[in-house]
Amino acid sequence: MSRKIVMPFGPQHPVLPEPIHIDLVLEDETVVEAIPSIGYVHRGLETLVAKREYPEYVYIAERTCGICSFIHGMTFCQGVEQIMDLEVPPRALYLRTIWSEYSRLHSHLLWLGCFADSMGFENLFMNSWKLRESVLDVLEETTGGRVIQGSCKVGGVRKDIPDTVLERMVEDLDPFESELKSLGEVFLKDNSICSRTKGVGRLSRKDAYDLGAVGPTARGSGVDIDLRKTGYAAYKDLSFEPVTSACGDCYGRCEVRVRELFSSVDLIRKAVSNIPQGEIEVKVKGNPDGEYFSRAEQPRGELVHYVKGNGSKYLVRSRIRTPTLTNVPSLVKMLQGCELADVPVIVLSIDPCIGCMER
Amino acid sequence: MKIEEQNTADIELGALIGRVEALKEAGFRLVQIHCTKLDDRLEINYSFDRNYEFQNLRINVGIETEIPSISGMYWGSFAYENEMHDLFGVQVKGMNIDFHGTFIRTAKKYPFREPEFRGEGPCQER
Repeated sequence: MSRKIVMPFGPQHPVLPEPIHIDLVLEDETVVEAIPSIGYVHRGLETLVAKREYPEYVYIAERTCGICSFIHGMTFCQGVEQIMDLEVPPRALYLRTIWSEYSRLHSHLLWLGCFADSMGFENLFMNSWKLRESVLDVLEETTGGRVIQGSCKVGGVRKDIPDTVLERMVEDLDPFESELKSLGEVFLKDNSICSRTKGVGRLSRKDAYDLGAVGPTARGSGVDIDLRKTGYAAYKDLSFEPVTSACGDCYGRCEVRVRELFSSVDLIRKAVSNIPQGEIEVKVKGNPDGEYFSRAEQPRGELVHYVKGNGSKYLVRSRIRTPTLTNVPSLVKMLQGCELADVPVIVLSIDPCIGCMER
Repeated sequence: MKIEEQNTADIELGALIGRVEALKEAGFRLVQIHCTKLDDRLEINYSFDRNYEFQNLRINVGIETEIPSISGMYWGSFAYENEMHDLFGVQVKGMNIDFHGTFIRTAKKYPFREPEFRGEGPCQER
């Protein structure tokens, strides 16, 4: 019987955009156990709720993550709005949906680049990020910020998008979609990528559900959980079906993200064609008194912002449960029995966002 | 209008394992566990979902009360239980993976239930 050794993976590692530490217990080149630990970028953002008035806390909620910042801000606002029974104007809900889908495009393209990089496919990494730039340009033009948008507020949104700009955004989606097709074909058909991802990091449908996996990690194993089906923002008006894959491996998770890019493009087109005219915010009076678990679908999966108020301008509790934290048990499962050389690809396949997870 | 109906059941600590078992058998997945400090008590919420049906169980315990782990039913609960231990000092008995306070590796020792803020004024004055 071979000797067991423990090899540290991270917190600094070439494939990790952010620090996470995993102790890998190895028998020869095979991982028999993986023990994660976190805390290198814990910022105590939830605690700050006691020091910031609830309208100001939106900025902190947005800074939970540098990739899906808009969706964090929106989910927090949604929680406060539900407690206060605020009717957000329909146009604001549509604008939130459009920005959420652009955030998803930006996040998935970023991940595709990082995933290609984890396999040493530098050219594909650069092509993915080149395409992502055009998404960031739209976010910058419409909100003023590439990474932190700051356009969501309790009761609606801060900025409107003029109809002429909306029309141009939709026109620009045609060439963008055609470039996506070429990029997606490489990810789904290239021999090198297929051989590095197919059958690697297996997670069965049952394990994915039992371990609480969410987002593309769950959908890549055939579990069709997608919080957009609950109909928050304008999703209730836009027909939409979750993208799933039955593969249950790194390839399946990659396939889901590639196909979700096209789904997001469709949702943006539908949202722009149906967006109503009117106000973009409602006046907010008073303070939240009550609690709500606000849920939304981030690019990485289900996001929960628990908001509890006591009638004062400071909330009692803000709890942010990000998808990466709930995907960690699934990651531990995927790593058991894999080859050491596949660890970077498997870790990347859950799209870990550590800043988000540690808050 | 509410986006989704959310049910919260306040239960006794002794009923926790039985209620969680029933939800597991009914096919609910664990969404999250979290803790809120209310004066000298801790409010702990266990959230579950099945086909977008959201259920929440809530226990209210003293700060030093030991609570049972649900990792026997939901293997992935170790992430939330260790997090609660590290951030709020909640004693969880019988976790499948117990990090003994090192799950969240911060320079400051756990728990953080009595937060300290560096200053109230502008940062230049701190």
